Amino acid sequence: MVTFILKRLGLALITLWLLSVIVFVLGQVLPSDPGRSVLGPLAAPSAVRALDHQLGVDKPLLTQYWHWITHFPGTSTQYQTPIGPILTTALGESLKLAVFAFVLVVPLGIIGGIVSALNFGKPIDRTISIVGQSALTVPEFVSGIVLILIFSIALGWLPVTATAPPGSGFFTQLKYLILPVIPLVLVLFGYIARMARAGTVEALESDYARTATLKGLPRGVMIRRHVLRNSLLPTITVIATQTGYLIGGLVVVEVLFRYNGIGMLTYNAANQHDIPMLEACVLTIGIVYMIVTLIADIGFSLLNPRIRLRAAE
Amino acid sequence: MSIVDIPVEDAGALQAGRTEVRRELLRELRHSKTFLVGSTILLIWIICAIFGSAIAPHSPYTQNLLGINKAPSGAHLFGTDQLGRDMFSRVIVGSRDILVIAPLATLLGTVCGTAIGLVMGYFRGVVDDVLGRFVEAFLALPLVVTGVIALSALGRSNLVIIIVIGLVFTPLIARTVRAAVLLERELDYVAAARLRGEGSLYIMFVEILPNVSGPILVEFTVRLAYAIFTILTLTFLGLGVQPPSPDWGLDIATNYGVVPAGYWWEVLFDAIAIATLVVSVSLISDAVQGVLER
Repeated sequence: MVTFILKRLGLALITLWLLSVIVFVLGQVLPSDPGRSVLGPLAAPSAVRALDHQLGVDKPLLTQYWHWITHFPGTSTQYQTPIGPILTTALGESLKLAVFAFVLVVPLGIIGGIVSALNFGKPIDRTISIVGQSALTVPEFVSGIVLILIFSIALGWLPVTATAPPGSGFFTQLKYLILPVIPLVLVLFGYIARMARAGTVEALESDYARTATLKGLPRGVMIRRHVLRNSLLPTITVIATQTGYLIGGLVVVEVLFRYNGIGMLTYNAANQHDIPMLEACVLTIGIVYMIVTLIADIGFSLLNPRIRLRAAE
Repeated sequence: MSIVDIPVEDAGALQAGRTEVRRELLRELRHSKTFLVGSTILLIWIICAIFGSAIAPHSPYTQNLLGINKAPSGAHLFGTDQLGRDMFSRVIVGSRDILVIAPLATLLGTVCGTAIGLVMGYFRGVVDDVLGRFVEAFLALPLVVTGVIALSALGRSNLVIIIVIGLVFTPLIARTVRAAVLLERELDYVAAARLRGEGSLYIMFVEILPNVSGPILVEFTVRLAYAIFTILTLTFLGLGVQPPSPDWGLDIATNYGVVPAGYWWEVLFDAIAIATLVVSVSLISDAVQGVLER
């Protein structure tokens, strides 16, 4: 088990290093003239050169890469302040949105998938599958705008923005987050329900489920004891991989609802050509995704004796 | 999930078997209600995309500053926008770009992904490991984020969107193809071809490829829906088609600001257009999967 975790950790580190290289190379490709963009079009070329030198952008690439990694996350060219604090605040805001979305969608998706599987082939199964699959292909800004039209404009129940006034209590903040969270939930529901359904169907058709039925176990007990335990394992992995997807969704939802999370920060950094900020955001997104999938992988193997034993061999 | 489970007897029978399977597939699809509904909606949008300018009652570009923000009426079915342009015409003509870009991007990704997936699955070992690491690293970034970076780096054009989405889809499709190939490569017909002394390329593309076409087709339809999703999201973020082009994502982004003033028609019809298009593609995708998995 320890070797399995170490191996998995090693692979994650290699992937992380590759990602950092990809992000760095993308950052180099981005058209930017840091000295010029800070000092403005009227500054003397010598001043621009001096600032470029101070920022280190005139050094060899390898030196720059090393400097970037050792001084991560660095300084924003746009705000001329360290990126760290801005990034952590934004990450915290996004976390609120993400956690709220997961708290809603995970139980909903799993229940949807199980109901679907238990009614395999019946109209309710088809309905859940088709609604789920359709919902996951509707872009967040489309469902978001329709929700705004209905609940903010027509009915006036919920606010148009996601940012609650400063100092608001927990429930006021929650109220502001309801509309932004629904588009994310709609997209994620389809994936989770589909995996839960597939896992449950597979478990229902398995030999052990049949044995349990033949030995006279009531269906409810059989499903609870034998089917669900096995069927929910793959769902855990899917939930983890959806984190990456969720962050993509956050960019759109945060822009639509004007919410200052990491999605908005990334979007603004790209628009303002604030390369250090953009690189920091993107690498952070990658790290978050990798940590979550790593935890899911290890959790999955801890829960699944087959993988645990195979890894031990 | 392989569709072709025919025992390998001789090449002729296999060939006949494949055509048979394809015909059977079409017959089953025609009986599928989801497929019919999906393809009907898609067909309507394709017609709009091809003949848009002829169908549209007004030019999508003509501004009328005396008739801005007009609610839907007989003269303007979907109302007019902030520049007095006819929303109905803009929605119809707006289908063109997305219906050209999305299939091209998906096709690019499918072709590259299939090639890489075949290589990864067939050779396994080091090639598989190295490519797999790169795939993992790329997948750690959400597509929208990759798109935002790439489009700010390389400039905002349809060609860049096609290439970026195609390249991002490549590893995703490669992964699916790889999994299918891993199963196929253990079968007798591959061993037989190897014994016959066929080259790796021949075995991959002539022997294995036709037998993994089912998963590839499913992957194409699923990715197409996702390509539409992503492209419209990028145009909504202002990174795709630029004004004054009629585009659903772009129109929602530009008109979103006036929604609180009550001009709901300037975004609602674009939203409905997008929803019907993506739902039609996912209905088709669902039907294809249903038929192939049976």
